[in-house]
Amino acid sequence: MLHVAYLMPLLPLVGFVVLVFAGRRIGDPLAGWVATVAVAGSFVVACVTFAGLLQLPGDHRLYLDNYYTWFHVGGLTVPVGILVDPLSMTMCLFITGVSALIHLYSISYMKGDPDYPKFFLYLNLFVFSMLVLVLANNLLLTFVGWEGVGVCSYWLVAFWFHRDSAASAGKKAFIYNRIGDAGFLVAIFLIFEKTGTLQYTGGPGGGIAGQLGHLGGGTATAVVLLLFLAATGKSAQIPLFNWLPDAMEGPTPVSALIHAATMVTAGVYLLCRMNHVLALTHAGTEVIAIVGGVTAFVAATIACAQQDIKKVLAFSTISQIAYMIMAVGVGAYVAAIFLMVAHAFFKGLLFLGAGSVIHGLDGEQDLKRMGALRRYMQWTTVTFTVGFLAIAGIPPLAGFWSKGDVLVNVYSRYKLLWVLGVLTAVLTAYYMTRLQVLAFGGEPRWDKIGPGGEPAHHAPHESPWIMRLPLVVLAVLTFFGGLLDLPWIRHDSLAGWLAPVFTRSLYNDHLGDAAQWALALTDIAAAIIGLIIAVGLWRGAQVEKPQLEPEFLQRVWYWDDFYDTVIGRPSQKLATFCAWVIDARIIDGAVNGAAQLVRSTGSLTRKLQSGYVRNYALGIALGMAALVVFLLSRTWW
Amino acid sequence: MSLSAGWYLGLAALLFAIGAIGLLVRRNVLIMFMCIELMLNAANLTFVTFARVLNDIGGQAIVFFVLVVAAAEVVVGLGIVVTNFRRRSTTVADDLHSLEG
Repeated sequence: MLHVAYLMPLLPLVGFVVLVFAGRRIGDPLAGWVATVAVAGSFVVACVTFAGLLQLPGDHRLYLDNYYTWFHVGGLTVPVGILVDPLSMTMCLFITGVSALIHLYSISYMKGDPDYPKFFLYLNLFVFSMLVLVLANNLLLTFVGWEGVGVCSYWLVAFWFHRDSAASAGKKAFIYNRIGDAGFLVAIFLIFEKTGTLQYTGGPGGGIAGQLGHLGGGTATAVVLLLFLAATGKSAQIPLFNWLPDAMEGPTPVSALIHAATMVTAGVYLLCRMNHVLALTHAGTEVIAIVGGVTAFVAATIACAQQDIKKVLAFSTISQIAYMIMAVGVGAYVAAIFLMVAHAFFKGLLFLGAGSVIHGLDGEQDLKRMGALRRYMQWTTVTFTVGFLAIAGIPPLAGFWSKGDVLVNVYSRYKLLWVLGVLTAVLTAYYMTRLQVLAFGGEPRWDKIGPGGEPAHHAPHESPWIMRLPLVVLAVLTFFGGLLDLPWIRHDSLAGWLAPVFTRSLYNDHLGDAAQWALALTDIAAAIIGLIIAVGLWRGAQVEKPQLEPEFLQRVWYWDDFYDTVIGRPSQKLATFCAWVIDARIIDGAVNGAAQLVRSTGSLTRKLQSGYVRNYALGIALGMAALVVFLLSRTWW
Repeated sequence: MSLSAGWYLGLAALLFAIGAIGLLVRRNVLIMFMCIELMLNAANLTFVTFARVLNDIGGQAIVFFVLVVAAAEVVVGLGIVVTNFRRRSTTVADDLHSLEG
């Protein structure tokens, strides 16, 4: 059953091709259904492959298949092939599953958009790229998927490109990702230089996993840090996280897709995939853990002060991904993957829920202009609440178990980072509760004229079933997602399943039962504290509380301004200098100068062309005379 | 008796010089043409002389080519002159300097 694995990426690709050539003719809403069926089919294939993989004994769950040799240069052979192991299988299952739900949701959400087929075409290509990224059996093919994801995110974020903000948000996403991609490329070069192969495992020499001996301490650290740079771009970590909040300019299902199923998980996946190399360097992983911890905290503080419902969720994504990065940094790969899966469920749910709210309020995204939606959108309210409780870390939902798993592992390694993690958990509960209370609780504020003179909205309406169905499915998954990896059945669940992939874990400190219970109770306490504070502060009718939303946080710790001052404006000055001095004076000067030289030489020599035949004849005669004199002189002297 | 080659060559040089000077000093296109013919024939005379002196028939053969080319050249050249005369009613070379730089 494993040999059908290639269908997983192929089906979305087929969907993409069909929509490219026939999208306009198929039209609205059939184009959406085509795309959805393609991705749903991919999910079915993933399930079949999963069943095939389960039949193999635990240590032999590995399926490698090369379909085609992409190119062969010197010692480098790059095949187009797939690697199915528990890690990529886990990724594929939730990528295809959650993406299929998001596709289904989009059928209704995007209804009436003039570029309806184009949207689904990008969506399918996005899923295809992500599956290539995940299933590739070598770094270069992963890079192809990586770039594919990048370019699709650019198209989708800038989908409504007639809006200036959307167009520049797309560019921003793309450029930030490019910076990370540069790191990825250099890491690939380094790895090839040292090991002579780019395959993860298998192939001649056993792939990178078999050539670890060639990656000395310094090289391994460099490789890991470069890969981490790539991951900070894709997974929106400090210092390259700024693009993700801006990416909210895209349609909401795109945000869900980027945040839940694809794109931002790619960085974490890459680091997990390269866990053998990560195991070689303490310094590298330390940097990863610290950056993860700091990003988690910073992003959580920013989320507390955002007004836009999608921006709150965007910063919460950065914060949650940072938890995963932190887990990777301490060698707790299973915890990272567990949180990734759980996050795919609840973040997908939250974004789709937010989309439902925005849909119901005719495009309103300002939390201050919502309120009391529980009376109008029961389905959305209930499902969103499940997601909110999960991300806040309330047991027994998936978020509690997965975040707890990460924090336990961080605690056993870096106590200080654990403190940061718990603080972030408090903040997470706080800002999510704030969002929940502002949107669904209290009294309606959407029926009043906005502070900037925005007109009042009509009463919100519940979304159609096609949008509610994904919400319900994701809510159920969020509720029961914790079952994937409960602490006491660990070896029969996700941890046992993933164990063969992560054989070389850095840290194996085991905590006693008492300590684990204490940590779990701390997590619960953190969640409840945050929740209570938020309810206390935001319950009332007064929602303008500037002292709780300092400009420092609203403006993302002035991070964008910092980049603007340090990079943006000097670059602009340099560009201006290049344009008006180097280009206009020096380069144009050289070009125009050459032309001028030719021109003046020409006007001098044109005088020779008098047009009188006698002059030419005289020239010939004189030339001949000179020739004769020359010849005679050679003969006589 | 026979004249030595030097006489022939001298005559050829003289003819050539007359042709060249004529070409330089005259303004009438037809006269200039005649001068060119004179120079060509001076060259032909040289060829024939050397063919005799060196006992090589090649020199005489080349004269035929020169004659043929000269005939063709005259046809083309006179054609141009006639056409030009119809347009501008002149055969003076100096009037035809519209291609000056």
